[in-house]
Amino acid sequence: MRLNCTVNGEARQADDVWAGESLLYVLRERLGLPGSKNACEQGECGSCTVYMDGTPVCACLVAAGQAEGRDVVTVEGIADGPVQQAFLAAGAVQCGFCTPGLVVAVHDLLARDSAPTDPEIREALAGNLCRCTGYEKILDAVRLAVQR
Amino acid sequence: MKTFNYLRATDVDVALQRIAVEPGARFLGGGTNLVDLMREGIEAPETLIDITRLPLDGIEELPDGGLRIGALVRNSDLAAHPVVRGRYPFLSQAILLGATGQIRNMATVGGNLLQRTRCLYFYDEASACNKREPGAGCAAREGFNRGNAVLGTSDACVATHPSDMAVALAAIDAVVEVRSSRGTRHIPLTEFHLLPGTTPHLESQLESDELITAVELPPLPVAAHSYYRKVRDRASYAFALVSVAAALDFGADGRIADVRLALGGVATKPWRARTAEQLLLGAAASEDSFATAAAAELAAAVPLPGNAFKIDLACRTVVAVLRRLTTERSGS
Amino acid sequence: MTTHAKTPVDPAPSVPVGGAVGRPVDRRDGHAKVTGAARFSAEHHYPDLTYATMVHATIARGTITAIDTAAAVAVPGVVAVLTHLNAPRIRPVRKGNIVRDLGPSVSGTEVNYLNTDQVFWDGQPIAVVVAQTSVAANEAAPLVTVTYREQQARVDFAAEQHNATPAKGDLTFAGTKKKGDAEAALATAQVSVDLRYTTPGLQHNTIEPHATIAVWSGDHLTVHDTTQSTDASHKYLAWRFGVPAAQVRVRAEFVGGAFGGKFAVWPGTVIAAMAAKAVGRPVRLALSRKAVSRAAGGRTASTNRIALGATRDGRLTALIQDSITHVGSVGGLLEATSSPARHLYGAKNMLTRQNLVEMDLLPNTWLRAPGEAIGSFVLESAMDELAYELAMDPIDLRMRNEPATDPTSGKKFSQRMLREAFEAGAERFGWADRNPSPRSMRDGEWLVGMGAATAYHPVLRLVADVKVRLSNDGTALVQCGFHEMGMAAATVQAQIAADALGIAYEKVRVEYGDSDLPPGPMAGNSNQTATVATSVLAACAELTRKVTALARKTGTTGQEPAATLRAAHTPFLEASVGSTSRLGSLRSQGRFLATFLKDQRWSKAARGAQFCEVRVNADTGELRISRWLGMFDVGHIINPKTAASQLRGSIVMGIGMAMSEQTLVDPRNGRTMSAGLDSYYLPVHADIPPIDVAWLNEPDKSMPLGIIGLGEVGMTGVAAAIANAVYHATGRRIRDLPISLDKTL
Repeated sequence: MRLNCTVNGEARQADDVWAGESLLYVLRERLGLPGSKNACEQGECGSCTVYMDGTPVCACLVAAGQAEGRDVVTVEGIADGPVQQAFLAAGAVQCGFCTPGLVVAVHDLLARDSAPTDPEIREALAGNLCRCTGYEKILDAVRLAVQR
Repeated sequence: MKTFNYLRATDVDVALQRIAVEPGARFLGGGTNLVDLMREGIEAPETLIDITRLPLDGIEELPDGGLRIGALVRNSDLAAHPVVRGRYPFLSQAILLGATGQIRNMATVGGNLLQRTRCLYFYDEASACNKREPGAGCAAREGFNRGNAVLGTSDACVATHPSDMAVALAAIDAVVEVRSSRGTRHIPLTEFHLLPGTTPHLESQLESDELITAVELPPLPVAAHSYYRKVRDRASYAFALVSVAAALDFGADGRIADVRLALGGVATKPWRARTAEQLLLGAAASEDSFATAAAAELAAAVPLPGNAFKIDLACRTVVAVLRRLTTERSGS
Repeated sequence: MTTHAKTPVDPAPSVPVGGAVGRPVDRRDGHAKVTGAARFSAEHHYPDLTYATMVHATIARGTITAIDTAAAVAVPGVVAVLTHLNAPRIRPVRKGNIVRDLGPSVSGTEVNYLNTDQVFWDGQPIAVVVAQTSVAANEAAPLVTVTYREQQARVDFAAEQHNATPAKGDLTFAGTKKKGDAEAALATAQVSVDLRYTTPGLQHNTIEPHATIAVWSGDHLTVHDTTQSTDASHKYLAWRFGVPAAQVRVRAEFVGGAFGGKFAVWPGTVIAAMAAKAVGRPVRLALSRKAVSRAAGGRTASTNRIALGATRDGRLTALIQDSITHVGSVGGLLEATSSPARHLYGAKNMLTRQNLVEMDLLPNTWLRAPGEAIGSFVLESAMDELAYELAMDPIDLRMRNEPATDPTSGKKFSQRMLREAFEAGAERFGWADRNPSPRSMRDGEWLVGMGAATAYHPVLRLVADVKVRLSNDGTALVQCGFHEMGMAAATVQAQIAADALGIAYEKVRVEYGDSDLPPGPMAGNSNQTATVATSVLAACAELTRKVTALARKTGTTGQEPAATLRAAHTPFLEASVGSTSRLGSLRSQGRFLATFLKDQRWSKAARGAQFCEVRVNADTGELRISRWLGMFDVGHIINPKTAASQLRGSIVMGIGMAMSEQTLVDPRNGRTMSAGLDSYYLPVHADIPPIDVAWLNEPDKSMPLGIIGLGEVGMTGVAAAIANAVYHATGRRIRDLPISLDKTL
């Protein structure tokens, strides 16, 4: 099938898409956007988090057809702003594989809540696993992004 | 994943006509469970009918004070709905504890009811599972069964129903509206899911040509004083070892005037604890009466080596939740 | 002297010349990572790329008697299905000497994949599907049907333990160490404990799954691989495929976490290169999460007896640790669980023994602090138990047994500030507020407890070849095939080189993660920073001598180095440590032996004091960590920002080990049932309390710049501190990890 959707503000089209492909596959393999990571393919780790119609979802669990006509924003489409800068300054990045999903998740959290409490941050990011940083710096990054 | 046909439905009647003639088809809602199951080869429908664009995503207050929830309402939207938060707080809590934000944003109400067990052996294509392949045997019974059920089990199956939302809905006496080209019927949530018996592959009353269109909540004043507690192996984002949905109200005499109690994580279906409710009704709110009621409910439990602790844990959690609700009530 | 490392959040501090070392500069690859621009191993594009998915055995031991690939081959888009019947023949794994050549030792297993009909573990790759798309490969792989002749398999660790035999050990770690007569001393000790602790298998579960892209061009092989040992793995692949090492290039610029799990070359890498050879096109083999669990090893389970005898006033007279761990029948690692017991406390009589049982399981491998992660749980829990037997503060007991020299070898410590770490830590944590009685502290429905434990990880230094070029535009280029799996390795080496050359930090470029560069060390055993620094400092010193000589000649003494080069009309100067010529390789081995022998003069280690406060729910047994402090003795810190992250992340891995992580191997058939992140519980944000990390910042004078590696020490002692705190909260000793709620009920 042909898939039409808006990705990072641009109308994109992919031909001969098989319905069994995930949105993550389409983004990474067909549209040249490997920023969203493929780490569990089960919705368990959040590394593939993207916005679909304004809400963050696990792109690995979205069937390609479900994305038809939707507005998708990936880490590549989020303006390099306070969230990313805060991740750098706070030292919230290590291996970087979970980072793109976290950037999207934190971007969404701060769009919904300009001053989240620590428990709110921890719960909001529960679906984004990180194996390197010890999480604490990611919380620092959120706090820092809030200040900015 | 096996090849399949993909159809996008834009009209409920058309979708129902289609599935009526194609029994191998499945409806695709949020996909958060089905897409995963298909990728793992556990489910292999010949056709997927994507229903996410059907107009079944409204939440409507009913004249009697109840609520009608479209089957395609996203879990996030339901949990955040002010009426749910105000009148049925434990339903909102159950959904929030049920999955991460990313999953809740995709998962639908209807899909949540139909999600399948996370039994390790159901998910492993190389292991025996009667639910996946009737007659194959059950590898969980003598395997890793920490997550498995102690209530409602059978020789054939000990798989736990994984939903949190459905546990609260069981306590609420929600009603599931289902439609097919043959008509519409209403099934009480507590009867919607089937016990495994000798046919664990049959999980609900839903026929292959039927679509869940809505879930209706009756007005339930006691639910305003409710709480959902989920006990699990890490602080968030894990399936329940034990969960308790409870609502509690007292009469002028201080005795329990109304109570709703349901359990998750311990049973093969969302478990309405009617035995415990009957013992609690009219009883004094005390640790003893809570413990007696909980023990009576769990009396029928059949433990396995890996999950025997759940019986004690369920009793303790029921007591803790009822204690908390009692304290809240006496404080207010 | 204590440095508070609490989150320096100043935006990119400007770095004065000569002041880079010790400064919390931002990591260099951070921007690429937060914008999604960083390209990991599976993300390199090649025209004509094909995609591979492996088929895994579903029995633990036996012979493949038939394998039917017809249905898989028939799937549209499938290019080839390779099995032992038609895969290219490659050379078997070579046995080797770890000191001379790491190459052979990086083989995850000894199996000649797809060249044998033998199955040695449930999950062993036995076929691979190559297709035009990964979707087609994934669809076809399950259609391969296999018939086996099964053999009895040894897969139940509990049942196999009686078959354990004493381990030999190797150059760095002996299987058995004895001092005096520990059993006799134990029998006559005034106070003693004799205990059994068990730990489950663990999985790395790096967020990036293992992945390989293999590209043949004639007899030249390029591999983008998720590896923490480019040099060893390129030599290994050269051997297996029968080509000169110079014709194999292994690249790994970005690695999404490793923790030891990407040190060995696992089947996926070999099979990707084999498949690429067979189909004559580049192949990408990106493992699914499940495939990683089946085809890349984790940590062994363990059973440990530990016995401590002491005088009434708390002086250790006997220390016995007897551990049983497993290896696979086709490879595996002796997990050095006795390591902490041998080096931490001055017991008069000691007996530490490692026993191994061979099993038909996926061979185990290095996982962060191999040996010490388990060993510190065992020893530090037992020390706490002994302290209670003695009615003594557990920290006091440790301090009473601080040895003057290494308790096993008798060597001098190059540095040992455990006492200072405990003193500073106890004060900062508020240890004195603790009521020592179990079950004495409560906050509503939560029982509160505090626990402490010693952290310990030995120092290892390998060798690195390095080339440094100083150009007349003021820039410098450092080249070394080291690895970046998240530690900010390039950032730290740039800091070191900038100060050594006396130029601005921003002017130093670093190239790494490529076997075509001067060979770096494998990144493991917390060796990389100090190893590479040794060579970077040597090369920079040589460059500085050359510049000084040139300055004298050109009369530019006192000016910046670039001015000297310009005055001399020299575009650049270079200095190298090591070379890949035959003679150069021999010299590298010589340097390794010299460094090794020099380092052997001391007992060297990273150490620390871990403190935690836990809450255990009185109703449900749920365990929550509410507060953490790690106070470390880890030498001189080059970058406080990245060091703090390493230590924190390591502590969190210890929290996972203590609370929820365990590999579930079905004892009936050896199948790994925790093959996904839904069944192997990593800690999530909500599990993690505020973690305070700090260090003493005293340089180890025997090490370059006083550096002690710190990637692993943070994980040690964590599980014990938690178990000790749980005892303090509940009065229950949990001697069997993880501390799940059913055990504290």
